[in-house]
Amino acid sequence: MPNLFRTIQLALKSLMLHKLRSGLTMLGIVFGVFSVIAMLAIGEGASQQAQQQVLQLGATNIIVRSVKPPRENASSQNQNSFVLRYGLKRADFDLLSKTIPTVLQAVPIRELMKACRYLHREMNCRIVGCTPDYVDMNHLTLAQGRFISDRDRREKTNVCVLGAGTAEQLFQYLDPLGQSVKIADRRYSVVGVTRRREASAAIGGSMSGQEYNQDIYIPLETMRVRMGDLDIDRRQGSFSAEEVELNQITLRITDVDQVVPTSKVISESLQQNHRTANDYSIVVPQELLKQAAQIRTIFNVVLGSIAAISLVVGGIGIMNIMLATVTERTREIGIRRALGAKRRDITMQFLTETIVLAGSGGIIGVLLGLSTPFWFDNLKSLTLKFFFDGGGGTSEFSDMFTNLQPQVVPSSLPLAFGISVGIGVIFGLYPARSAAQLDPIEALRHE
Amino acid sequence: MVVPVVVDVMVRQPPPGIRNASVQTSVFSPCSAQLLPPFAPMTLAAEVINLQKDYMLGAVPVKALRGVTIQFPRGDFVAIMGSSGSGKSTLLNLLGALDRPTRGNYIIGGRDVSSMDDDELSTVRNEKIGFIFQSYNLIPQYTVLENIEVPVHYRTGYPRIGPKEEKWIARLAEMVGLGDRLDHRPFQLSGGQQQRVAIARALVNDPEIILADEPTGNLDSKTEQEIMEMLLTLNREGRTIIMVTHEPGVARLAKRQIYMKDGVVAGEGIFPG
Repeated sequence: MPNLFRTIQLALKSLMLHKLRSGLTMLGIVFGVFSVIAMLAIGEGASQQAQQQVLQLGATNIIVRSVKPPRENASSQNQNSFVLRYGLKRADFDLLSKTIPTVLQAVPIRELMKACRYLHREMNCRIVGCTPDYVDMNHLTLAQGRFISDRDRREKTNVCVLGAGTAEQLFQYLDPLGQSVKIADRRYSVVGVTRRREASAAIGGSMSGQEYNQDIYIPLETMRVRMGDLDIDRRQGSFSAEEVELNQITLRITDVDQVVPTSKVISESLQQNHRTANDYSIVVPQELLKQAAQIRTIFNVVLGSIAAISLVVGGIGIMNIMLATVTERTREIGIRRALGAKRRDITMQFLTETIVLAGSGGIIGVLLGLSTPFWFDNLKSLTLKFFFDGGGGTSEFSDMFTNLQPQVVPSSLPLAFGISVGIGVIFGLYPARSAAQLDPIEALRHE
Repeated sequence: MVVPVVVDVMVRQPPPGIRNASVQTSVFSPCSAQLLPPFAPMTLAAEVINLQKDYMLGAVPVKALRGVTIQFPRGDFVAIMGSSGSGKSTLLNLLGALDRPTRGNYIIGGRDVSSMDDDELSTVRNEKIGFIFQSYNLIPQYTVLENIEVPVHYRTGYPRIGPKEEKWIARLAEMVGLGDRLDHRPFQLSGGQQQRVAIARALVNDPEIILADEPTGNLDSKTEQEIMEMLLTLNREGRTIIMVTHEPGVARLAKRQIYMKDGVVAGEGIFPG
């Protein structure tokens, strides 16, 4: 083996002879490596986002949610009524929490969107009627004051706990504790404020994640007494009414292994109460997690193959140029052979050139790939500006997109660089060998 | 000025006086100890015995060489002449170990080349033969210094180029009069200067024979003289030179001339003999 450093030096020298050509050839590999790293980073970012959201739901939890049945069904069932009755009943909650032994904890929730007001400031909030266990179950922590207590439930007091976003918007710099918020014409005194918390995964067929920051929590019993089960939604010239007893029941199961069997039991128990109506759904975060992992795998494979194709295209570009180079430098090959170069010296010479070409392309690609998180932010804001009307976040897709943070996978760097060098070897071998196989006499005669 | 040479076609061994002188005035050899001691018995630098070469031209076999036997004693200076198609290029390719003969033997430095494989042939070219071409054949992207270095890189075992080699290369460049142009590229040099680089390159591995293929074919008469003088000086120092040429004026400067015709040696002597 000739001195490696010297060989690389000579290869660089030959490549520098045609700077533009070498640069353009390298570009194929640069983009190939870059896209491998960028694609994997975006895929990883997306899957981490999904995984985190699912984890927020809790791996040992099962969530049963009321689902508005499809229109056709509803109209046939409730032909004579303006009021649409559906969803989980309080009886369902009793059934689930009391009859299934593997259920550790159960939290019923009733949610309504209502306008709330403090002085002149008004906003639309999700009013969540819940029990004291809710705070635990959803990994919420309190920034100030306390959460709803059992006594609040018993006495049906008008107290509320504000989500971080709600508190910020209604009270801004004031201390919300002890103040009162007006919700649907009644006043509720603020007893606590929760800490900011990341949104969790979407459940119940909706794409958007669950947002906790715009919530106001009040005791479930208070909600029943003050607001009732009936929710009337008046719109221009028409109104619709829904009667829902509970929107969601979150169940904590004793053991991770029990989650899936219990979900089957729950499904069968609920079947009895909801014989015909398909008005609830059971969400098992653990299964979501598995789905997320599957989706991630598919995602990575698809993105990876797209990037791999660009790498192969880059490799073909290199091979093409090297074949042209070999023809162009036939005479040089003849001279070297006459001066004592062996076949493998010639092979090594041209192979080194392609490897240096592909390798430096790989290094540039890796550097570009490392910058993915930086340019991705810019790309994000640009895309939002042009396609989603100023980043208003109107569509669910844009939500997902804005929250996406690409994560450069450390192992993808050596992988992509290794692949680029490998491509240099694979696509360089043929031109290099054909150079070495040239007859020295013919090569010397070549003009 | 062209140095007059005593021409004695029958004497294969160079006059001892010349070799004697060469030992004292050696400038083109890395170490004079490698040269023959004075009054050494005649040794052959190279020898071809009944060399034959057949080509396939399409489906028709062509006999390019039909049995050539020549001896090249150390210190010889042979001019090979002949019209195109006479087989002299084929002979030169075989002498240069660029090709293997179909039949016959080629012995250089005591080793038979005719049955060597490609790698061994490369080694022979690297160690035993210095090429000088009509069209110089320098590597265009390399400087003068790097061009002279090329054969050193392909030495057996790929030894590193140490200070000893660097000194030797610098000295060679100095000898051919290009000591101040080491960083020039071939296109920045005149034809004569390029040919001198080629001569320095041919000498760098201290070869057994120097093969010159029409070394002055592309040069004007003044440069031709300079280059020939250089070759003659080399020969006086004991180098064996085999030169292919068309020009009788150039051939006359060699110690002996060999005429090729139809793939055999047609005669020896001074043209028109």
